[in-house]
Amino acid sequence: MTDLTLRLEGICKSFGSLSVLKDVDLDVNKGETKVLMGPSGTGKSTLLRCINLLDPPDTGRIWLDGREITAKGINVDEVRSSIGMVFQDFNLFTHLTALDNVRIGLVRVKGVDKKTATDMAMEELRRVDLAEKAASYPAQLSGGQQQRVSIARALALKPRLILFDEPTSALDPELTGEVLKVMSRLAEDGMTMVIASHEIDFARSAADEIVFMADGRIVEKGPPDVMFTSPQQVRTRDFFRRIGERH
Amino acid sequence: MTSFFEYAIEIAPVLLRGASMTLQIVALAIVLGIALGVLVGLARVYAGRTAYAFCTVYVEAIRGTPLLVQLFLLYFGLPSVGIYISSFWAAVIGMGINSGAYQSEYFRGAIQSIRSGQMLAARSIGMNRRQAIQSIIVPQMLRRALPSWSNELMYMIKYSSLAYMIQTPELMAAAKEMSAQTFRTFETFLLAGLIYLVIVAIVSRALMSLENRIKIPGL
Amino acid sequence: MLLEGAAETVRLTALMLALGAAVGLPFGVLHVYGPRILRVAVLDPIVVFFRGIPSLVLMMIIYFGASEIGLDLSGFIASILAIGVRSGIYQSQIVRGAIQSVGSGQMLAARAIGMSKWRAIRFIVIPQALRLALPPWSNEYAGVLKESSLAYALGVTELMRQGRYIVARTFGNSLLVYTVCAAIYFVLVFLGIRLLRKVEQRFSVPGFDAAPQGRAFFGRDLESSR
Repeated sequence: MTDLTLRLEGICKSFGSLSVLKDVDLDVNKGETKVLMGPSGTGKSTLLRCINLLDPPDTGRIWLDGREITAKGINVDEVRSSIGMVFQDFNLFTHLTALDNVRIGLVRVKGVDKKTATDMAMEELRRVDLAEKAASYPAQLSGGQQQRVSIARALALKPRLILFDEPTSALDPELTGEVLKVMSRLAEDGMTMVIASHEIDFARSAADEIVFMADGRIVEKGPPDVMFTSPQQVRTRDFFRRIGERH
Repeated sequence: MTSFFEYAIEIAPVLLRGASMTLQIVALAIVLGIALGVLVGLARVYAGRTAYAFCTVYVEAIRGTPLLVQLFLLYFGLPSVGIYISSFWAAVIGMGINSGAYQSEYFRGAIQSIRSGQMLAARSIGMNRRQAIQSIIVPQMLRRALPSWSNELMYMIKYSSLAYMIQTPELMAAAKEMSAQTFRTFETFLLAGLIYLVIVAIVSRALMSLENRIKIPGL
Repeated sequence: MLLEGAAETVRLTALMLALGAAVGLPFGVLHVYGPRILRVAVLDPIVVFFRGIPSLVLMMIIYFGASEIGLDLSGFIASILAIGVRSGIYQSQIVRGAIQSVGSGQMLAARAIGMSKWRAIRFIVIPQALRLALPPWSNEYAGVLKESSLAYALGVTELMRQGRYIVARTFGNSLLVYTVCAAIYFVLVFLGIRLLRKVEQRFSVPGFDAAPQGRAFFGRDLESSR
């Protein structure tokens, strides 16, 4: 159990009378890539936001590297700085250049001095192939480029794991490739990732495990080849067939 | 009797001295107004209920009453409870408090136009609320509020003329004094009006170029 | 006595607003539909002039300018002229913004059914524009009410001057007197805006929501007077 990065136990979350997550358990090992799939509105995004405590779970417990982060007295800001998050609509800071977007967490949160932070941020921009766009503002970048900058922003803080909330859903089809390529490379490099996505091809090639969710529960999980070819549950089968038809 | 042009040159020094007083009042008042406006604007979005209620009363009380009453209260009203303020400082404080209320609304509107994802992203990289407000929300708020803020500065320049009614020796008062000496009241006030017009024009030009200079694509 | 002053303040405000509307509506329409040359050569400079000059100075110029040409205006009339025309210029901007947000499709459709340009303006565009103009117009109401206090400078016995008289005559507590004046202004602003909102609702048309464009266009230019 030494390589267990993330453990979720009995996570429940409701918004008002709407119960979004019902008793979710999940383990993520170090270096693993898990892809959450399932119909929209089944709580994938909420689950991700529970994990980095942007929306803390109502009940249930979460451990990060063996430390319970849902315990009382935990510094949630520090937890969040060790969990990267990539949003569907990028949410790059509009008033900052690409470089500053990546650097600001290092400077303001980690207290790294400006020069070192600049070097580190440039390093991450190179990793997503955007070093030459360092001085551009978000509005001057394409959607794909913005999303890659936001991946670099997450990477810069050297997170224990990165959460991706449908990172390509807001992109035009021809721009998803560049983002998925960066993500695949991260998976190969051994980054621990939990990804909500509808990209079947990407999931097939990059995921260690597919987690199928419906109505706030995990219905079924398993390696991609098993899940895509011979899932056990009817709902899973239906879902993948419908998605397959679209492709 | 000299021509209007000659008369203008003759009284210009006095009027310009008044105008410099006008500019001093405006400069100080606008700084006070920014400080109040930013604080109150932020408080009305992010602070708790008590602070919100308190700030709302301030903003509505100021916006619901004339600036003139506010100046009178400071200059003529306060002495009846033993507080004496010079006319200059009464003008600065009165206009600052007044401007703060209006500015807070510009800032509040600017904050509300910032998409919620910005705050979310800031929190996701581990910033606490304060850091997020300070390094993400406030810079964007200031840039977004700049156009309305330029407008505010024009208003302050014009309304500084009210300081004359609490005996501050600014441009209006200088005009009044000159016209009492020369009996050429109409021409004197016309000249004062032109000076206001020129100041407003210059300042608005300057701010427009500033706006362009610090413009950020997409903001 | 303060109530007498308040009544005078209300009279001033009503007349200023009425003059403003009389000036503002045609000006606003001309600004959008009039010939370009008129707009550039006449209307725009007028707007710049009135937006750059303090109302107080304007009052003085009109008051003393009239006596220069042998016209003896009372302070009451001079204040109404100055602030009324100033308000008219602002109101023309409101009207202009409202007309522009009505949308050119309405004009096209009206012309398509055979209306002349001016008929289309009169029967299609203006009824819609006036609805859109109401929210910013209530802002202008508050602005004019507040600015009417400047008539004090020309000796009009409106609310502020009555306050001053009371303080002088009774050696009363000036803080108290002016606070009461402030409270009266506040109530007048509040009641007026309430009333105008009622009017807004009364004339509201389903599916015709002034909110998105209607509120946006006065944000920058027409934040109310002080």
